[in-house]
Amino acid sequence: MNAQAKSTQVNTIQALNWALDDAMAADANVVIFGEEIADPEGGGIMKVSAGLSTKYGTRVRSTPISEMGFTGAAVGAAIVGIRPVIEIMLMNFVAVCMDQITNHAAKLRFMSGGQTHVPMVIRTMTGSGFQTGGQHADFLEAWFCHTPGIKVVMPSNPADAYGLLRAAIEDDDPVIFVEHLASYWNPGVAPERGKSIPLGKANVVRAGKDVTLIGYSRSMMDIPVVAASLAKDGIDCEIIDLRTVSPLDMDTILTSVKKTGRAVVVHEAVRSFGVGAEISARIHESLFRELKAPVQRVASQDSPVPFAKQLEAAFMYSHADIEQAVRSTLR
Amino acid sequence: MTARADVPDAKTLVAIFRKMTQIRLNDERFISLMKAGKMVMPYYSARGQEAIPSAISVQLTNDDYLVTIYRGIHDMIAKGVPPRLIWAELAGRSTGACKGKGGPMHITHPKSGCMVTTGVVGAGMPIGCGLALASQLRGETRVTVTNFGDGASNIGAFHESLNLASVWKLPVIFVCQNNRYAEHTAFAKGTSVEHVADRAKSYSMPGVTVDGNDPLAVFAAAKTAIERARSGGGPTLIEALTFRFNGHLIGDMGEYIPKAEYDAALAADPVPKYRQWLIDNGHAGGVELETLEAEIRAEVDEAVKFAFDSPLTDPSEIKLDVYAEVA
Repeated sequence: MNAQAKSTQVNTIQALNWALDDAMAADANVVIFGEEIADPEGGGIMKVSAGLSTKYGTRVRSTPISEMGFTGAAVGAAIVGIRPVIEIMLMNFVAVCMDQITNHAAKLRFMSGGQTHVPMVIRTMTGSGFQTGGQHADFLEAWFCHTPGIKVVMPSNPADAYGLLRAAIEDDDPVIFVEHLASYWNPGVAPERGKSIPLGKANVVRAGKDVTLIGYSRSMMDIPVVAASLAKDGIDCEIIDLRTVSPLDMDTILTSVKKTGRAVVVHEAVRSFGVGAEISARIHESLFRELKAPVQRVASQDSPVPFAKQLEAAFMYSHADIEQAVRSTLR
Repeated sequence: MTARADVPDAKTLVAIFRKMTQIRLNDERFISLMKAGKMVMPYYSARGQEAIPSAISVQLTNDDYLVTIYRGIHDMIAKGVPPRLIWAELAGRSTGACKGKGGPMHITHPKSGCMVTTGVVGAGMPIGCGLALASQLRGETRVTVTNFGDGASNIGAFHESLNLASVWKLPVIFVCQNNRYAEHTAFAKGTSVEHVADRAKSYSMPGVTVDGNDPLAVFAAAKTAIERARSGGGPTLIEALTFRFNGHLIGDMGEYIPKAEYDAALAADPVPKYRQWLIDNGHAGGVELETLEAEIRAEVDEAVKFAFDSPLTDPSEIKLDVYAEVA
């Protein structure tokens, strides 16, 4: 990263817009579609695609509210070499097109014996904290992590959002690219345009010796804050941002936990049967004798996302929950 | 067979018969080997529906795309997927179209344009729209044919696809092979319209209902639809009325089908009927057709031998083709 880029701050919306723009400029096969994403309809609910239909014409299309139809259309176009990047406005809406994602996009490479594959990206967005209730805020990544054939990418900051989206578009497999609502407007280091960040590789964002904190997406807003607070008490946390949730970068995770002997996984998705459970199981399978404490999970409550502010707060994990989990591994 | 002014030439008429015969003879052999215990699979026979894909595909090239469904081996054979690759697939061999990883419900063969076969009712239509979108974006003249049954006209994917194809004027042809039963449920019990093609009106596209057992009627409807799609005129819905002789799935005893209806359908078997019509109208001689049938029988023999002589797919294949990279 050059000095000039380092000094510039942008938000994730801008970074994603650049990623789409640069990908479309680099490859005529990249097309994007989704609800209201073209400029006459507003350039997307978050304006991530603002300006692109004006620049690229029919390669950028607003669709009817028809997720099954347009997700399936992306599958069909992808198997003959188009690289569709579609936007599913909210992650909960994947439920109406799961058949196309899990029965088709994920499996066509395998079922065809490798004759076809589906290089498509599904961009979607979610996150609680906005009182949107039970059908507009779920983190559903575990559904897709449980489906062989799909990759799940969940950036936590503008520079990663750019580099990971470029890599997702270049990837030959279907990718679910989950953006996080609350962090869209957070400023961060500007990406180096033209440079992708490899999928399947986690990022050690802080080195430490006492405990490994593992997060992605939303939880990367919280983990560094708690780690900074714990540092004042002499607790030295190593922090891993997964970037790609599936396939998991177990090499990076195990290298870290081997060193620290302790691990805490933090995610906004509900706790049971989640990503934290999988990571915890894999760490225990590989490092049982080297662990100094059981792996801890910090996650949302096992309930639908509630509406009322105080209920929503009770649903989400807190910084105190992360801190308590870390301290429990040190007892 | 109705008398028509636009009857195709004898060569085309015989080519349609060849495809129908290939479909029939392969189907009969699949069932006999299943009954002999030599093959185990969920098999959705399309015996009785031969005329539809034969009369359509004879007008397509390998560049045109096909999407079909679990009851779709007739569509694949008509489109040009080599039967030996289908046989090897069903036998679980490494030489199969998909190395034995797809099976009867998921055969793919891009060389002949057979891009996706789905086991989920209705799911092929959105994908067909996407194939057509790719052609449209690239300015190509190829068309996409996406097949489905009457039952699929009641699922959301049908409606979303027709709407999207109409709004975007996609070069796609929706072919409903209406065989009167959605699994075990009679058409009228589950469908709000008299004809599936009536639904085309809601999506501002032409919709036609034809006798799907009449190759000439199917040929004519497909010709119009293909020309429309190729010239940028957008999608068409064709409903071809037919019947499947072997129930939903092999093993289905068909108790839900009234005997009189079943007997009448068998009597209207499109294959012998069309054969006789070809001879009666001087488009082909009896000896010529017997020779053709013998050739296809030999082709089936060769395909079966090829399949069972091929090595079984190695279990290590399970790790391949999950992702681009091998885990």
